Amino acid sequence: MSDYILEMNRISKEFTGVKALSDVTFKVERGEIHCLIGENGAGKSTLMKVLSGVYPHGTYSGDIVFEGSVQNFGKISDSVKTGIAIIYQELALFPDLTVYENIFAGNEVKRGALVDWNQTIVQAKQMLQKVKLNVNPETLIKELGVGKQQLVEIAKALSKNVKLLILDEPTAALNENDSENLLELLRELKNQGITCIMISHKLKEVIAIADKATVLRDGRTICTLDASKGEISESIIIKNMVGREIDDIYPKRANKAIGKTILEVKKWSAHDPQLGRQVVKEVNLHVKKGEIVGIAGLMGSGRTELALSIFGNPKSYKLQGELLLDGIPRTIKHPSEAIKAGIAYVTEDRKGDGLFLIQDIKSNVTAANLRAISSSGVINVNEEVKVANQYKNNLNVKAPSVEQIVGNLSGGNQQKVSLGKWLFVGPKLLILDEPTRGIDVGAKFEIYTIMNKLIDEGMSIIMISSELGEVLGMSDRIYVMAEGRIKGELSIDEADQEKIMQYATQ
Amino acid sequence: MNFVNEAKSLVKVNIREYGMYIALFVIMLTFSIMTDGLFMSSRNISNLLDATGYIAVLAVGMTLVIVIRHIDLSVGFAAGFMGAIAAILLTQAGIPFYLTIPIILVLGVVIGMFNGVLVASIGIPSFVASLAGMLIFRGALLQVTEKTGTISIKDDHFNAIGNGFIPSIAKINGLNLLSLILGVVVIILYIYSEFSQRKSKVKYNFEVVSKSIFTVKVVFVSAIIAYITWIISGYNGFSWTVIIMLIVVVIYHFLTTKTVLGRHIYAVGSNPEAAHLSGINVKKITYIVFGSMGMLSALSGILFTSRLQSATTTAGTLFELDAIAAAYVGGVSAAGGVGKVTGSIIGAIVMASLSSGMNLLGVGVSYQYMIRGAVLAAAVIFDVMTRKKRS
Repeated sequence: MSDYILEMNRISKEFTGVKALSDVTFKVERGEIHCLIGENGAGKSTLMKVLSGVYPHGTYSGDIVFEGSVQNFGKISDSVKTGIAIIYQELALFPDLTVYENIFAGNEVKRGALVDWNQTIVQAKQMLQKVKLNVNPETLIKELGVGKQQLVEIAKALSKNVKLLILDEPTAALNENDSENLLELLRELKNQGITCIMISHKLKEVIAIADKATVLRDGRTICTLDASKGEISESIIIKNMVGREIDDIYPKRANKAIGKTILEVKKWSAHDPQLGRQVVKEVNLHVKKGEIVGIAGLMGSGRTELALSIFGNPKSYKLQGELLLDGIPRTIKHPSEAIKAGIAYVTEDRKGDGLFLIQDIKSNVTAANLRAISSSGVINVNEEVKVANQYKNNLNVKAPSVEQIVGNLSGGNQQKVSLGKWLFVGPKLLILDEPTRGIDVGAKFEIYTIMNKLIDEGMSIIMISSELGEVLGMSDRIYVMAEGRIKGELSIDEADQEKIMQYATQ
Repeated sequence: MNFVNEAKSLVKVNIREYGMYIALFVIMLTFSIMTDGLFMSSRNISNLLDATGYIAVLAVGMTLVIVIRHIDLSVGFAAGFMGAIAAILLTQAGIPFYLTIPIILVLGVVIGMFNGVLVASIGIPSFVASLAGMLIFRGALLQVTEKTGTISIKDDHFNAIGNGFIPSIAKINGLNLLSLILGVVVIILYIYSEFSQRKSKVKYNFEVVSKSIFTVKVVFVSAIIAYITWIISGYNGFSWTVIIMLIVVVIYHFLTTKTVLGRHIYAVGSNPEAAHLSGINVKKITYIVFGSMGMLSALSGILFTSRLQSATTTAGTLFELDAIAAAYVGGVSAAGGVGKVTGSIIGAIVMASLSSGMNLLGVGVSYQYMIRGAVLAAAVIFDVMTRKKRS
């Protein structure tokens, strides 16, 4: 009989109609390193949020058994008290506070009603020793590199007497050396009796460190692999990750008349001054007329950054390399110039930076091309309604009228409005970033059909997507990105899910 | 759809806007009853509107500033300072009023643009940048009025802006003829624009409100304009202040509702990132909005200085807060992207009506502040509630 520290039994979780988890069972033995693997959207993060109390008891079904007793976490602090600590991909540190203040933030060492800062520093030093981080505890967090910040996060977890440590893609932002150190530390913690769950996309790491690995796909548990039985290998993991068959939810295009190259970037790099690192590295890419180019890769692989750097560089990256439109070198400094040059970009995050949620459908559809419905700066309001109605009907947006506030529409309809806004610009090249994220199958099919129609009309499309099925079903050619680089280029005939996953997890 | 149902659904959709007109109506009615009609007398309404002018124009500019998610605290003393400069130009430099006014307005634009640069290009939070501006202009106002104290202005043309009325030509039953004609012209223009808009919608095959509702609306609004004209004509007629206020409202209403620039301003306010990605130059919009705010504070300074016929050392004190309050009462949202120029004008009139009515009733200043504060809070609470209900 195994000694399970954690058993999650038949967990189901639904978000307004979308099943994120269905009947997931996940068991972790005491003292092991257990990796949780799956594509984007497979349900890994949701499962961990259920476990840590982000989604409180009652919002999911199924039960959590921790150290032999059923737990009903109502809030995050409940799970922390029982000894579960989670470290997210985006670190939750306070950059302007010192290391010791961060380690004990929310868990202050008190004497009476006051904080005992001296004792705090003494204890912080002990924690730092445990994670083998040799810095002065009075250093400010922002002065440390990402790798060291990660160790501070772990020290913070240790200070709360953690029994089960959860790391969500801990090495995503780390370089090779820091990653190696982190993995070494995890082994050490395991020897001290701390159980660890690690979510990772990097299969090499998983193979190097995992005792067990559980694969999730489409919100379900597929299998749990055991290293001691030799089950953890790249081929077995990938097969289980992608196993889904591509059904015919991807409409076929009739004739593929592919023309001249309309966009090309050469040795294209982008440096993000805010993050202080390269987000796009020496990318070579081209798009031809009448072609859908898929860009596959996992989240954080630099796909969105690449798109932004081409679309007028709104985040003010430092750019290097050459960009050619119709064979002519160009510099595009603002999204307005990109729009003029015939490029449109439908954002990944339609609520965040895509739509004007408090405005109505018509204002959203015309926002990027008001010139077309105005003369000498005055808008023809009736013309606007006419245009908006056209797009509403063509794209089959389900809403009573174009005066409907966009924030009240469903995800699929919002996406169609977002698409309509950019089609109204009349682009030659349409960049779609996760065009079907968070929308139902029916709306997906409609969007694919629209894409095919646009291609027939001679448009070119770059489609960025985390869904392998979509990339394989819709693209003529596929680039795979990882760590800001293009790791591989595949024609649709040679591409399959395993090959893409291999490049993406390099 | 029958008449009642249609009216009901119209009210439901426009509850916030109609709510404010209803509030104004209730306030006016209450004061009229309590003062035995004195409140709605020609003289009082005329004075009330004149006293609102310099706050109302600030409220118009402030609306746009708040719509793009910023604030400008410097407008009060900027107005005071520019009023003083106007006085100096008129009295000490001997520049005629028809040159002084454009000079001051341009100075206002420059000052506003400078704020815009601090906020948009250097990235200083507008609260802090304009707080600094407030202190600087307060000092500057003291500096230029320090030696002379109050600067009194003898220029009749300039003083007419804040005190004069449009000529009456002739009097009919004690009513000013030109003011009456003006009122009639406004009504005709209003009816014409309603009809042409309806015709154009029909041409596009769009849905229009039923004939009965349309008639009721046109008759109702015309009646209100007629009533106001009648009241105002009974005293000295339309003052230049009211005329200027109306022109500012008409221009800004047109700009914000009918032009590309207006649409861009609201786009920036409702989602700056999306606006940027839609090819809108967010910085440029910020400059323009702050520039217009500067120009309107110059206008406010001119109106106030002219009204007092002098520049004082404390001119402009708390104007900014009155303007901000008027904008919020008028339905501007602090979250950005929402708010109408017409709403803010009504907001300014609501606040002025409260002061005027309470003065007539002899309510102490201490209670006046508390009541106006409560009305401001109530307006915003109403705003938040109706918005929650809708989403």
